[in-house]
Amino acid sequence: MITRREFIQVAMATSALVGASGFGTWSRVSAQQALTQDQLLQFDDFGNVTLIHVTDIHAQLKPIYFREPEINIGVGDAKGKVPHVTGAEFQKMFGIAPGSADAYALSYPDFEALARGYGRMGGMDRVATVVKAIRAARPDSILLDGGDTWHGSMTSFLTKGQDMVNVMNALGVDAMTSHWEWTYGTERVKEIVETQLKFPFLGANIFDVEWDEPAFEPYKIFERGGQRIGVIGQAFPYMPIANPKWMFPEYSFGIREERMQQVVDELRAEGVDLVVVLSHNGFDVDKKMGGRVKGIDVILSGHTHDAVPEPVLIGETILIATGSNGKFVSRVDLDVRDGKMMGFRHKLIPIFSDVITPDADMAALIDAERAPFQAQLEEKIGTTESLLYRRGNFNGSWDDLICDAIRTERDVQIALSPGVRWGTTLLPGDAITREDVHNVTSMTYGAVYRTEMTGETLRTVLEDVADNIFNTDPYYQQGGDMVRVGGLAYAIDVSKPMGQRIGAMALADTGEAIEPAKSYTVAGWASVNEGTEGPQIWDVVESHIRKIGTVRLQPNTSVTVTGV
Amino acid sequence: MILSRREALWIGFGGLAAAALPGKAVMASTVDELTAAFTGGAAAGEGGITLTAPEIAENGNTVPIEVSAPGAVSVMLLAAGNPEPAVATFNFGPAAADQRAATRIRLAQTQDVIALAKMGDGSIVKAQTTVKVTIGGCGG
Repeated sequence: MITRREFIQVAMATSALVGASGFGTWSRVSAQQALTQDQLLQFDDFGNVTLIHVTDIHAQLKPIYFREPEINIGVGDAKGKVPHVTGAEFQKMFGIAPGSADAYALSYPDFEALARGYGRMGGMDRVATVVKAIRAARPDSILLDGGDTWHGSMTSFLTKGQDMVNVMNALGVDAMTSHWEWTYGTERVKEIVETQLKFPFLGANIFDVEWDEPAFEPYKIFERGGQRIGVIGQAFPYMPIANPKWMFPEYSFGIREERMQQVVDELRAEGVDLVVVLSHNGFDVDKKMGGRVKGIDVILSGHTHDAVPEPVLIGETILIATGSNGKFVSRVDLDVRDGKMMGFRHKLIPIFSDVITPDADMAALIDAERAPFQAQLEEKIGTTESLLYRRGNFNGSWDDLICDAIRTERDVQIALSPGVRWGTTLLPGDAITREDVHNVTSMTYGAVYRTEMTGETLRTVLEDVADNIFNTDPYYQQGGDMVRVGGLAYAIDVSKPMGQRIGAMALADTGEAIEPAKSYTVAGWASVNEGTEGPQIWDVVESHIRKIGTVRLQPNTSVTVTGV
Repeated sequence: MILSRREALWIGFGGLAAAALPGKAVMASTVDELTAAFTGGAAAGEGGITLTAPEIAENGNTVPIEVSAPGAVSVMLLAAGNPEPAVATFNFGPAAADQRAATRIRLAQTQDVIALAKMGDGSIVKAQTTVKVTIGGCGG
């Protein structure tokens, strides 16, 4: 049987460039001299089928900085395995030279210095260039979008996802699945799916609540390169739990492993040559599912924003994770014969925006989408002297700034901010524009509530969210990071079971212990409850930044993590 | 304690008798007591019974649960963490097309849901799964 795997080849995208450099000595000129578009796109065609994967773009039309996580703890079987390996260990695992282009694209060390050398990543006009180049080599390629596409920017918020729908239609996507798309509400999703999208919106696990019946197309069969390829969509399983279910009360989601098996079996019975799952499960959930559901050849994984340079093999299934924010495009060439995947070749292509030439048509479309909002987007709110980023299991510096804003603007002891994994990065010295603020706060339920919570309730909240990340069974993980806190210090032992992870809690300013029965003033945003009242989070953050003018943050030491 | 069994759907037809629930006057029995009463003390085996439930409940007030046990004459569902663990017992007569039942149950908190099936030969099989009931939010 194992002869199916005649062939495994992965290529480090920029392997010709092995930079050796001390901290802070990279200049843009040397980086650009070393990297070329041809080198980024270089790929020896293989087999007869090509998949192109993008995911979790979060509406980033323009190039951005995105710092990959420093802390990404794996528990249970995931401990010490990708994507729970970061920094120098990650570089060592994949043979990436410190200071190299790959190190910059895929890991966090020396981020600021390398960002100044290598520049911004992504931009849908650059992605379009890469997609067109792959299609020129392989006209039968299938372009698949893993979702979290219509949300995450000011323009997507103001147009209810329209800018992204237009761009993805122009890019020629062949199918997508979904998560944050649903936060525009059922009516808007249906309007887009039924009247605008030029490709199917797949979700085998989206069911009608009332009748518990499939509500969207589960899969699409493509005939390409003489082969029949079944692509199954798997939407984010915890939609009504992690996001406000009142916005899409008609639908139920869930992992629905038995449903996935049934759909795979249906496709196999139909005689397809290849089964691909376009998933928004998150990496660890996909890894578990791929080991339990039989008959999947390729899982294109999204949701947890992991950029993994090599496919992960689960039995005879390959798992591909393509990062986020338009930073990467995966190309997967497959040799499919006699109803079997005989081999594959893969490349995670980093989108260096200064190296890849923008596609002129797409650049014009993006400019046109942004034009009506240009003045609002570009208005300068302040300046930062600190590196502002979010991604990681606990507070990023953006979260510290947001929590400071909430505490001062809403006059509370404690601020709570959601552990979402989206949110772009700014470098020290950068201006903070309104668009930048929206890139870390944009959502359709951004009201900043103000309330009182007892110490006991606060502990319950922290325990509950902690179990959504650190439960050793991936099927019980929701794929976000830990809730961010301001004004609150706490200890967490990630190795403990549900309900026992959170240790001592105290008010961070005074060190005074949090008492279970005592009430504290708390404000936060992204409540999943209907009817939440308060100012929008981006207005709260903007108001705060305007008052302080220049952002200077001290390192946050309020969370003590053990059990790693 | 009145069980809030919001909805019950019976899949299959013909010989499905009824769902027997304890009356109001009955004090809440423990999982062990209910199990012993159902099995008559016989040890439960594995396999031959499939319990389908969400890993995390979308709404703890109405959690869809399905149990299938080909060849069973009776299936008992228990929610181990509810004040009253007994959920339902489904009895299948000889004319039942298949031995499968689906219902929606209320779960007060994160807990194990247990299904026990009594087979035609009197043997017992068991399946168990954890359903998490969470306050939600913070999905990345």
